[in-house]
Amino acid sequence: MSWKFNNSKPIYIQIADKIEMMILSGEYKSGESLPSVRDFAVQASVNPNTMQRAMQELETRGLIFVQRAVGRLVTEDNSVIENRLNQKVKNITLNYLNEIKTLNIKKEDAFKILKENW
Amino acid sequence: MNELLICKDLTKNYSYVRALNQVNLCLEKGKIIGLLGPNGSGKTTLIKTIAGLLKADFGEVLIDGEKVGEKTKAFVSYLPERNYLDDTMKVYETLDLFNDFYIDFDRNTAEKMLENLDIDINRKFKNLSKGMKEKVQLVLVMSRKARLYLLDEPIGGVDPATRDYILNTIVSNYAPDSTVIISTHLIADVEKVLDEFIFIKNGEIVMQSSVDNLREEKGMSVDEYFREVFKC
Repeated sequence: MSWKFNNSKPIYIQIADKIEMMILSGEYKSGESLPSVRDFAVQASVNPNTMQRAMQELETRGLIFVQRAVGRLVTEDNSVIENRLNQKVKNITLNYLNEIKTLNIKKEDAFKILKENW
Repeated sequence: MNELLICKDLTKNYSYVRALNQVNLCLEKGKIIGLLGPNGSGKTTLIKTIAGLLKADFGEVLIDGEKVGEKTKAFVSYLPERNYLDDTMKVYETLDLFNDFYIDFDRNTAEKMLENLDIDINRKFKNLSKGMKEKVQLVLVMSRKARLYLLDEPIGGVDPATRDYILNTIVSNYAPDSTVIISTHLIADVEKVLDEFIFIKNGEIVMQSSVDNLREEKGMSVDEYFREVFKC
């Protein structure tokens, strides 16, 4: 199954975001090796050069590192993953709050609905 | 030297119509490039000139340092926009033909790909659907270990699911140091597999850029930008 991309952001950023989510959610665990650029490119139906660039982006973000003769591994520094995860959760929460507040509903009611649907 | 294809001042006239007008291009190795333009903009003429099937009236084409000719045909793999195989042939006979013709043809790869596509190599060409014929031709072309692939409308006649399969076939089969040129107007479908794109209009190159650079600078996809540039 190929990945879906939106029109406004560079594709390599969208790939990096998606792989970051896989790491944050634990699909790829700390210290685990990632598929090769080529395999990942085929999986996502994208150009290998674009995938390569996405990997560099993930390295810059500190989420993966290259080990010679092994390939790319997920960082073993759990604080990096934790920080990025917290940041992500915060962003999603702020987005939610922004939208829900425009409806002028009570905090208690919003909590109730949140609990019911969790 | 990292450039694979150089076009210098390429000009081609069809009687009174100018199909290519001083086309200058430089394409690097290891890239997948989209040749994008409206109907009649010169895409096929440019590809045929690079393939050595048409002779330019002026200018020259160099592929890996060689002038277009017999030598370059040995390492350029060309997919024409229409079916050129003999309808009375069976699929495996076309494999034989390619095997005899091209030293870089890898028959095992071709057979494996046809198997993945559920195409029986004992079937006659005329008994295949239009989409299946296109698939067989693409398989033949991509099974060569070429330095330059020229694909003229490779996904024009097939359904969206097959389009994805074909694009995957291209991505997973081209060698990292070879270059692929794909001409198409189905931009949204090919965009994610492209490194670069070229806009061609009235026989002239109006833009050459990387897909992600465009997205970074303009905040829009190549498809959206195409609609803006070529607005009727």
